[in-house]
Amino acid sequence: MTNLTDLTVAEIRDGFRAGDFSAREVAEGFNANVAAAKALNAFIVETPEKALEAADAADKAKAAGETLGALAGVPIGMKDLFCTQGVQTTAASHMLEGFVPTYESTVSGKLWAAGAGMLGKLNLDQFAMGSSNETSYYGNVISPWRRGGGDNAALAPGGSSGGSSSAISARLCPAATGTDTGGSIRQPAAFTGISGIKPTYGRCSRWGIVAFASSLDQAGPMARTVRDNAILLEVMSGFDPKDSTSLDLAVPQWEANLSSDLKGKKVGIPKEYRPDGLNEEISAMWDRGIAWLKDAGAEVVEVSLPHTKYALPTYYIIAPAEASSNLARYDGVRYGQRDLPDGAGLQDMYAATRAAGFGPEVKRRIMIGTYVLSAGFYDAYYTQAQKVRALIARDFEQAFEKCDLLLTPTAPSASFALGEKQADPLAMYLNDVFTVPASLAGLPAMAVPGGLDSAGLPIGLQIIGKALDEQTVLNAALAIEERSGFTARPDKWW
Amino acid sequence: MSIDLQTVKKIASLSRISVTDAEAEAMVPELNNILGWVEQLGEVDVTGVQPMTAVIPNHQRLRDDVINDGDVRDKVLANAPQAEHGFFAVPKVIE
Repeated sequence: MTNLTDLTVAEIRDGFRAGDFSAREVAEGFNANVAAAKALNAFIVETPEKALEAADAADKAKAAGETLGALAGVPIGMKDLFCTQGVQTTAASHMLEGFVPTYESTVSGKLWAAGAGMLGKLNLDQFAMGSSNETSYYGNVISPWRRGGGDNAALAPGGSSGGSSSAISARLCPAATGTDTGGSIRQPAAFTGISGIKPTYGRCSRWGIVAFASSLDQAGPMARTVRDNAILLEVMSGFDPKDSTSLDLAVPQWEANLSSDLKGKKVGIPKEYRPDGLNEEISAMWDRGIAWLKDAGAEVVEVSLPHTKYALPTYYIIAPAEASSNLARYDGVRYGQRDLPDGAGLQDMYAATRAAGFGPEVKRRIMIGTYVLSAGFYDAYYTQAQKVRALIARDFEQAFEKCDLLLTPTAPSASFALGEKQADPLAMYLNDVFTVPASLAGLPAMAVPGGLDSAGLPIGLQIIGKALDEQTVLNAALAIEERSGFTARPDKWW
Repeated sequence: MSIDLQTVKKIASLSRISVTDAEAEAMVPELNNILGWVEQLGEVDVTGVQPMTAVIPNHQRLRDDVINDGDVRDKVLANAPQAEHGFFAVPKVIE
């Protein structure tokens, strides 16, 4: 019999509808995988009862001949950055330990309304700040992948959506939510050989997602196939009056319109993404990606994004600035932890609470943000960064006059060992060099696996599209998926 | 420009994060590295460029000025570290 936990979202959806198996069987299978994978530390909270509850509801609806939701019978993982009513939501911080929301985030609510069930809350970098999942208060997430040749070093699943990427590639869930501020869906997807899409800024409501940098934060799906991403993104997207930057646009039928025929499409290759010293295997994978898209009928043109090298420093002003403002809410008064030293006044309580509740990387970013926004430095840092950001967005606009999409690497390397880059924050930040520019411009961008490197680790490709053109992004990713023949999966050791 | 121990302590104070002297000292080179790196933005010619305010053109929506939320005091207080008599409770404040 088919192993139900090897199925994709589309296969589970269709098989459940066809009566090949019950939703309960699927939920039980994934619950068992989750329970047996503690070594990966992918979940902060497991909710097997929620998965079963949704499954039973789906089975009952089907038996009664009722209309089934788009995700009826499909259990998923929920990044622990989405507020879930009645289930602890921590953003992987000590600050929010024990916080049980009395409301549901818009995106998670849409997924449950479509029939999906929750397997649990997935670990992440604390407040989504990190690229390796080493900043979680609840411990590192371990990638299910290992280098070949008996090297058992624990590898990073990427970040910040590392619980999501690890769990999907280990078959603990067929799909999960992620959020992406500077690459937090795409880089972990690339590290673990799965796909993930960050839609156009404003497609998915931010309401009920713990805020990091509001002008950049976007939710998106992560799954093993392009089709599964299209299915989930359709459910997650849509106008929400509770988010002032939500786009009031109809949600396209991305799944129905999937097509890997790229005839008439022009693919731009940004020359600035191939700096001297780019990892040779990453570079070779990029060349293969170019060949695959040509094979799919696309024409390839070179384009220039001249301000690319300034994207990361721009991001590391804007994101911490917004974080310092957003995280001011953690004051020990309304929710979360409180640290009240003996005899302390209100100000001392704030400072003690925040010292105890935030991890080192979060403190570092709050302090950088506070500095760049402080009197006397605001214009030199923050205003300058917002101007450079406008130039970065203009680079993309000009490139898209010559092409319909861009193809680039997703990350500058394959996954690295935990601890390898922890000592130097700057080296860690460089992981996002290829993902941050699209974030700054609010553009849809997707990671799709391309193959394995010489150490046996996945490396991926990134497709960046025009604003609101997720369809072309998905279609190009599908063309790569069909040609790469990527079926590798980690050998089970956990 | 580089920042010194005093500046780090001032930023920590503005951020409402208490730091020990040892923590503050460790942050001096860390923050200097990062700030030194972002300073390369100064070399970009931004003459005539407006700072970005929205990545995707959008307009601010208006809604009718009516009460559409509220009456959820217990929910609002449910996660408070300390709530008393229907209020958030904080240490005594004497200015």
